[in-house]
Amino acid sequence: MELIVESFFNLDTIREVYPLLLSGLWTTLLLVLACVPLGVLVGLTVAVLYTFRSRWLNVLLVLYVDFMRAFPPLVLLIVIFYGLPFLGLELREFPAAVLALTLNSSGYYGEIFRAGIESIPRGQSEAARSTGLSALQAMLWVVLPQAVRNVVPPLTTNTLEVIKITAVASAVALPELLRSARIAQGLVYNPTPLMMAALTYLVLLWPIVRIVSRFERQMMTPR
Amino acid sequence: MQELIYYYFNWEVFWRYLPDMLGGFVVTVQMAAIIAVAGLWLGLLLAVVRTFRVRPVNWALMVFVDVFRAIPQLVIIVFMYFGLPYVGIRLSAFWAATLSLVFVLAAFAEENFWAGFTSVQRGQWEAARSTGLGFLDALRYVVLPQAIRLAIPPLTNRTIAITKGTSLASVIAVQEIINRASSAQAQAANPTPLMMGAVMYLIIFAPLVRLSRRIEKRYAVWSH
Repeated sequence: MELIVESFFNLDTIREVYPLLLSGLWTTLLLVLACVPLGVLVGLTVAVLYTFRSRWLNVLLVLYVDFMRAFPPLVLLIVIFYGLPFLGLELREFPAAVLALTLNSSGYYGEIFRAGIESIPRGQSEAARSTGLSALQAMLWVVLPQAVRNVVPPLTTNTLEVIKITAVASAVALPELLRSARIAQGLVYNPTPLMMAALTYLVLLWPIVRIVSRFERQMMTPR
Repeated sequence: MQELIYYYFNWEVFWRYLPDMLGGFVVTVQMAAIIAVAGLWLGLLLAVVRTFRVRPVNWALMVFVDVFRAIPQLVIIVFMYFGLPYVGIRLSAFWAATLSLVFVLAAFAEENFWAGFTSVQRGQWEAARSTGLGFLDALRYVVLPQAIRLAIPPLTNRTIAITKGTSLASVIAVQEIINRASSAQAQAANPTPLMMGAVMYLIIFAPLVRLSRRIEKRYAVWSH
């Protein structure tokens, strides 16, 4: 027991390394603030383009979505960070991570929004068009608001996953929360910083986990 | 164009690293298979345990489930590999990563199976019991088949997403696809191995992603 407290909850260590971990947490937050809106935006664009029903475009969109869902986010990140410089396209850690996570999450967001748009009866957009709205206006002001409301649960689930996935940015040495904890662990030779990082994620994300599980249960109840 | 081919689709580099990369492919497939099978079974088992409604057991289960759902997979893997040895628990990199993901998948699966159980209506339980089936038989022959059916669509996506996490094992130097691809890339000073790795992931996961679309359509409980 004492060994566990000494190793994982070492007070001296906590005092020593918390500024480092705070700055890591800040970077994680910045990553989330950049990736989530970008992922949503790209996903939404993909879903709206899909409703134009042009055959070739749709084949491309489905390929895009499926590829992005098939690649692990870490693989995208490594290909972007270590592979693109050979083309002369050198991205620093932060933009590389944002690009990789946006590509990855936009696939999922795109699929979710598409399901949402398809859940709205055609009559809605026809009625909107007949009042004189253009196709784009009908989409933006009539279809999308209802579509988004229908997919709040999967959107929440996916956003939780995007937040968790920001930890892979540590693999290209971006000093976010996990990376900072690893650096701190190297300084103090005990795993307390890792525990601190894990607990930080747990405390911040636990409320979202509870919400997601309530959504899941509601959705699986047959109506 | 020539430069593009030289860097990203270099035949000479391709052949040189093919055997090594295939070794990585095998490791990834092994991990993914262990994770999918063990994770789903463990999740189902935990959900069944939860139906007995023993209060302290259920509290422990809920803590387990929430912890493994809230903490990022990579954090769990790093913790298992770098943290646990301080208290005398030493796992090989392969098992540290595989076990982490088994627990993560089990946590998500438990939640889905349990939601499946609770959404099978009470009448089903009561009808089954009234025909003379015991608790376990009612569970096994009446409730489980329906609950599993309800849990299939969310679980296929989840299983794919978590088995993709095998790539995270590269961070603790498990020699799976992306770990071998990055060291080969550094050695050859050529990113062709990265492309090979990316294609390997497509070979494994693209068919699964397509399959999950099909399953979603078939069991359209998710749709609104």
